[in-house]
Amino acid sequence: MGRKRNPWPYLLVAPALLTVLTVVFIPVVNAVSMSFQSYDLRRPSRIGFIGLGNYAEVLSDPLFWQSVWKTVVWVGVGVGFQFLFGFILALLLNRRFFGRGIVRSISLIPWVTPGVLIGLMWRWIYDGSYGVLNDILLRLGIIRDYVPFLARGDTAFPAVILTIIWQGIPFFALMILAGLQGIPEELYDAADVDGANGVQKLFRITIPSLRNVIFVTTLLRIIWVSNSVDVIFNLTEGGPAYATQTLSVYVFNKGNSLNLGYAATMSILLALMLSSVAVVYLRRIFRNQEAAR
Amino acid sequence: MKRSPAGAAKNLVSYLLLAGMLVFLLFPFYWTFVTSIKPESELYGKTVTYWPRKATFESYTRLFSDYNFIRPMTNSLIVAASTTLVSLTVSLLAAYSFSRFQFKGRKFLMTLFLTNNMFPTVLLLIPLYAIMRKLGILYTPFALILAYTTFTIPFSIWLLNGYLADLPPSLEEAAMVDGANRAQAFVRIVLPVLMPCIVATGAYVFMTSWNEYTFAVMFTNEANRTIPVSLKNLIGQLGVEWGMLTAGGIITIVPVCFMFFFAQKRLIEGLTAGAVKG
Repeated sequence: MGRKRNPWPYLLVAPALLTVLTVVFIPVVNAVSMSFQSYDLRRPSRIGFIGLGNYAEVLSDPLFWQSVWKTVVWVGVGVGFQFLFGFILALLLNRRFFGRGIVRSISLIPWVTPGVLIGLMWRWIYDGSYGVLNDILLRLGIIRDYVPFLARGDTAFPAVILTIIWQGIPFFALMILAGLQGIPEELYDAADVDGANGVQKLFRITIPSLRNVIFVTTLLRIIWVSNSVDVIFNLTEGGPAYATQTLSVYVFNKGNSLNLGYAATMSILLALMLSSVAVVYLRRIFRNQEAAR
Repeated sequence: MKRSPAGAAKNLVSYLLLAGMLVFLLFPFYWTFVTSIKPESELYGKTVTYWPRKATFESYTRLFSDYNFIRPMTNSLIVAASTTLVSLTVSLLAAYSFSRFQFKGRKFLMTLFLTNNMFPTVLLLIPLYAIMRKLGILYTPFALILAYTTFTIPFSIWLLNGYLADLPPSLEEAAMVDGANRAQAFVRIVLPVLMPCIVATGAYVFMTSWNEYTFAVMFTNEANRTIPVSLKNLIGQLGVEWGMLTAGGIITIVPVCFMFFFAQKRLIEGLTAGAVKG
């Protein structure tokens, strides 16, 4: 047909594309190449190609495997409870009551709070000498003496997980609430006619209708929570004795101690682990977008 | 029917649940605020007080007089505002292209932008540091602005594309029939209609840049530190001064809350549209 190709769509995308190529794709390529080098800024004379040396070292590093395991627990328990509480909150907010609009917006505030501030606020709450959590638990008779929650190996990790749950509830609630509002009322009316009870309606109508929202939101949260550094770093910096060091935090700490080759290697392994989640997410998003047109 | 005792009990339970949930979600903010207006003596006293016996704004004044908190606030404002401007401009062009043209490679490019959000921050952090140093913009606001586009551009494109897809193309086509070219039609017709959505997207970009810590701690020095980095540094420099820290926290969160309340309706529509449809 000899159709002339319209250059405009490409020109319009070009600025965004160029920026993103510079700040994302070049760094990714650099990270890959760094991972094949001994690249420790404290030993600049030894910088050079070492093949799979970093990978071999990382894979035999017990701290790496420990941080992988920590990441799995951090994401599994964290996102799991974010979903559960977010779902409950969404169901509660979906009812009609006075002041619902205001309640709905203020309950979302944790979601827009900076990670550093979240870390600081909770660090103060968990404080072992003047912390309010200790005071509350003492008054309720649950503990007898103040507990330094973030300094103890057994309480630090649950404490940081509780914090990330707190942070993630609003986003789940927001997405699920939007999903709830899209369920046609007639479905429930029909169920009422059939004499279904509340639990049946929840499992037969509500949850199946929300399948897509839950799926997409969960994948997105898994990616965000695995990548999150600021909350843990500002609570414990990964300590005590690496008890709260997830893989992202480990990479960040290694980067700070200037062993860039090692850090790059671990970050690539993290990206590879997450890519499986990302692929599923992207597929689903695309199907939705095409279906929506 | 709704007035049955069982129904009332059910209502009561759900209100109690909601109240409990809200206390959990909001208590940390309340606590931060209360801490920020307590005098030093009460902060580290024997008993924990839930409302200050004597409220004072001393921590706030000290934050500005002793620590010069105005500087990180200005830095954050510059970085966040510039990031917003840059991201919105380039994303709007790209989103318009994706939503209005069918072209070869469209799907590929859209995937490319979406995948950007998936890369771990820590993966980009180290090579970006080297790139910024080579470009000579390390320790300047440009480093952060550029770094923040890694996540703000993909996200803005995604949001704006969704909003634009909801606007019928016939809107501009009508204007183009009347003799306007595409650019004129875009500026005169699409832009005004889309404005609330652009504002919402901008608010989101502003909030995420204002809040960001991981890049900021690596790419800034003393002179151009942003608020999150300064807050963290307050711990290192002064020992732990919870009065000033919490005061800084309150100052950080107030503008974010304002923006969020202002933009939330459109923002939530945009965020949820992709997931809810389909």
